[in-house]
Amino acid sequence: MPTSDYDPACLPDLLPLYYRRLFPFSQYYRWLSYGGVSKNYFQNREFSFTLKDDIYVRYQSFTTQNELEKEMQKMVPYKVDIGAVYSHRPSQHNAVKSGTFQALEKELVFDIDMTDYDDVRRCCSAADICSKCWTLMIIAIRILDRALREDFGFHHLLWVYSGRRGVHCWVCDDAARKLSVAARSAVAEYLSLVKGGEETLRKVVLSDPIHPFINHSLSVVERYFQQYAIVEQDILCSKESVDKVLSLPIPVKFHNSLCQFWYHIKKYWKYLSCSHNIKKGGQYFDKEIMLQYCYPRLDVNVSKGVNHLLKSPFSVHPKTGRISVPIDLKELNTFDPFEVPTISLICEELERPRADEAEEDDVKDKENEQEAGERRRIRDYKRTSLAKYVKVFDRFLEAMARSWKGEMLKKSGELETSFSVFLTFMSFTYT
Amino acid sequence: MQFSGRRKKLIGSSQNDLYDHCLQFYGQPPLENISLTEFETFAVERLKLLKTVENLGVSYVKNSEHYVKKLEAEFSNLNFPLKTELGDRKVQGGTSEYEKRRKDHISHFILRLAYCQTEDLRRWFIQQEMDLFRYRFGDLTSKHKTDFLHKNNLKYETVSAEEKKSLKDKLITSSYGLSGITVEEYDFYKVPFQDALDLVRTRKVYLLAGNAYIPHHEIVTIVLNDFRTRLSKALAMTARSLPTVQSDERLQPLLSHLSHAYVGQDYSIQKNIGKISLEQIDALSGKSFPLCMRHLHKALRENHHLRHGGRMQYGLFLKGIGLTLEQALQFWRSEFVKGKVDADKFDKAYAYSVRHMFGKEGKRTDYTPYSCMKVILSNPPSQGDYHGCPFRHSDPELLKQNLQNYKVSPSGINQILELVKGMHYQLACQKYFELTHNVEDAGFSLNHPNQYFTESQKLLDGGREIKKEVDMSQRSQENPANMTRPSQANSKQAHEEMGDLDSFFQDE
Repeated sequence: MPTSDYDPACLPDLLPLYYRRLFPFSQYYRWLSYGGVSKNYFQNREFSFTLKDDIYVRYQSFTTQNELEKEMQKMVPYKVDIGAVYSHRPSQHNAVKSGTFQALEKELVFDIDMTDYDDVRRCCSAADICSKCWTLMIIAIRILDRALREDFGFHHLLWVYSGRRGVHCWVCDDAARKLSVAARSAVAEYLSLVKGGEETLRKVVLSDPIHPFINHSLSVVERYFQQYAIVEQDILCSKESVDKVLSLPIPVKFHNSLCQFWYHIKKYWKYLSCSHNIKKGGQYFDKEIMLQYCYPRLDVNVSKGVNHLLKSPFSVHPKTGRISVPIDLKELNTFDPFEVPTISLICEELERPRADEAEEDDVKDKENEQEAGERRRIRDYKRTSLAKYVKVFDRFLEAMARSWKGEMLKKSGELETSFSVFLTFMSFTYT
Repeated sequence: MQFSGRRKKLIGSSQNDLYDHCLQFYGQPPLENISLTEFETFAVERLKLLKTVENLGVSYVKNSEHYVKKLEAEFSNLNFPLKTELGDRKVQGGTSEYEKRRKDHISHFILRLAYCQTEDLRRWFIQQEMDLFRYRFGDLTSKHKTDFLHKNNLKYETVSAEEKKSLKDKLITSSYGLSGITVEEYDFYKVPFQDALDLVRTRKVYLLAGNAYIPHHEIVTIVLNDFRTRLSKALAMTARSLPTVQSDERLQPLLSHLSHAYVGQDYSIQKNIGKISLEQIDALSGKSFPLCMRHLHKALRENHHLRHGGRMQYGLFLKGIGLTLEQALQFWRSEFVKGKVDADKFDKAYAYSVRHMFGKEGKRTDYTPYSCMKVILSNPPSQGDYHGCPFRHSDPELLKQNLQNYKVSPSGINQILELVKGMHYQLACQKYFELTHNVEDAGFSLNHPNQYFTESQKLLDGGREIKKEVDMSQRSQENPANMTRPSQANSKQAHEEMGDLDSFFQDE
């Protein structure tokens, strides 16, 4: 078991260690400064902390990376949320004339939560997840990632495991951060196919013509459906669950045969999916069923608000102890949420001594404290299971840095940039 | 033709150019002087028009046959511009097209003054003006549409023939009613998706690399977006210069009357504070709650929990029927504690939001209970939610089952389902009222859940006879034959109109 047994009661001891030696502050700061293209972008960003005993504080803001570090090490938040970039420093919002303190920009975010699929999961419910229902997240990520990139033209997407039962997506493009509430809600609705609450049985309704987006999504779902729904979720295993599938509008003429042979339905399903008759009968009922069981369910309210606060990457999940780590889409099929390191694991890994470090220590001690602290921290997380996830984050930042270079060029004149760009670029490289 | 045209130019000056299209973006404010009576008359008539637009929008599908017919009738009644050619002969005793357009122009700007003051008023005004604009733009011929676009500098990039060819299949499947031929023939415009949100939201357009590919006939949605943005900015600016306008004693009473007339009953001021006890709620939910609140109450009792959407809708409703903050806190806490939430967690997490609802936290806004329109049109429920309007959001089969459980007669259920099919959700709820209270006619036009409650309580407390009489007299007042037409208006008649206007709104 790669995870040390995590006990929430240990958080007060583990968190200070985490924030002192493992949290990747310099990358975090680099991300949220967005290359310094906009003035005061980092300074006007709202953070919120949940402290011990469920004390919640909003409107936290910081002027430098150093201040962020010191405050987090002092307050030791159990949860960290990121909010919007405001018109003024959030920590001073009370001093601002009422009405003028406003949320200006924020990443476009999506929150996929496994509990929203409870009506179609048989393996788990509520906060539990397992390897069987994790497939739903893979499907969600594939569908949304493609749509956000190809349909909407976004480039810089950061997918993060929430630490317990879902994933978040942070769309960090400049255009995305500047989207209005109406635009965010329109994007979220474009991406929504499963609609309806407790009282709705048929949650997906398809009609002619089928939009290219739906077709793309269907091809992803179809790839996974056989394995996921029939084998893993076993949606046709019992009369009860078949009844549930059947409550979706299947043409009446198939009802009787399906009911009678419900224990043979797995074979029948292949017939159903191959048979052309079905397409005429209830139009697209087979596609609707697949989508209802597998298509991503997102909470539009999370994506809509410019000032909405969302859990920060590299935050710890207090109930599971797992770190909210970035997901490498290239390795998506092998991503295992149960392999994600817990805070207790990485703290333990930190304690394990390594011989070859003694030498480095002597040399570096001569540098100033902050740099030494940073180097130590970088050495530190590299020794733990957190390393590979920070690398994913690094790659994401590098891709964005290239676009910041472009922005800086546009902002300053041509001649001046060569030198300033060189400097900017140099300041972002490190060991 | 040319000769008379020139003559018109001599007489009418540059104003003619201003009104040479029957539709406009209201970019330029009117520069002439008008009399106070014209000021009042124009404002009142446009307000009536916008109110009609609002009512029709709820009762009918927008731009359906019924909707269009009724709206057209109202346009004629109130003398707003319909025809697209300016050079109409002046109809005997009526108003010329030019005068109608002038009225359209001026009345819009007057209402801006009345409706720029609060967020709610602005939102309402923009919504109705947009619906109005959508209807009028849709009515234009293709040529006039293009004219309008050019006049207003909306030049969107057209998609090249090669690109259209390579994307042909995708374009056909992304918009309704397009075929291979139409794709080749029609112009397609490439518009950044942020400018085509309505089409993106409903997935009625093809998206690639952040651009929406809009067929020519859909351009109205884009234009509408533009209209909304412009109007929104203009209203914000108007609000800033309002103090100067309001200081004019002649205008101030009219403007405040106009904006107040819209608001009507919002149930924010609780009339019966403390008259309801918590023990009564279970019984009341069956007798006097509209179906949406009955559902929410039942879900709360069964699950000992409600999600945010449900808490807001139900919580504000309870505030509207007269619960005090203390009662509300007790009510929610006692229910949540039976579930997974302990008293401590309730006090930390949920009590805040209850106090927030009563205006005791944060911005300290005293939130108003949701109207039917709000419940039906915004924040649709998703998995795990119980809020929304059951007539709008529930599966008809489930709705039927629920009504059967509540002992509604089969014929009654059928009537309700018919109304739901026709998208008359508020009428369906009214029918539910009639069936559960055993009356033939509800006697009111339902548009607010708290109104349902108040009417129900009134009925159950006796007073049914009195109510019927009052309604008869109000209905005769509504008869158009009794309304005074704004012909040669003098101030006395204008004031009479204001009186009519009040009753016009109270009948809602």
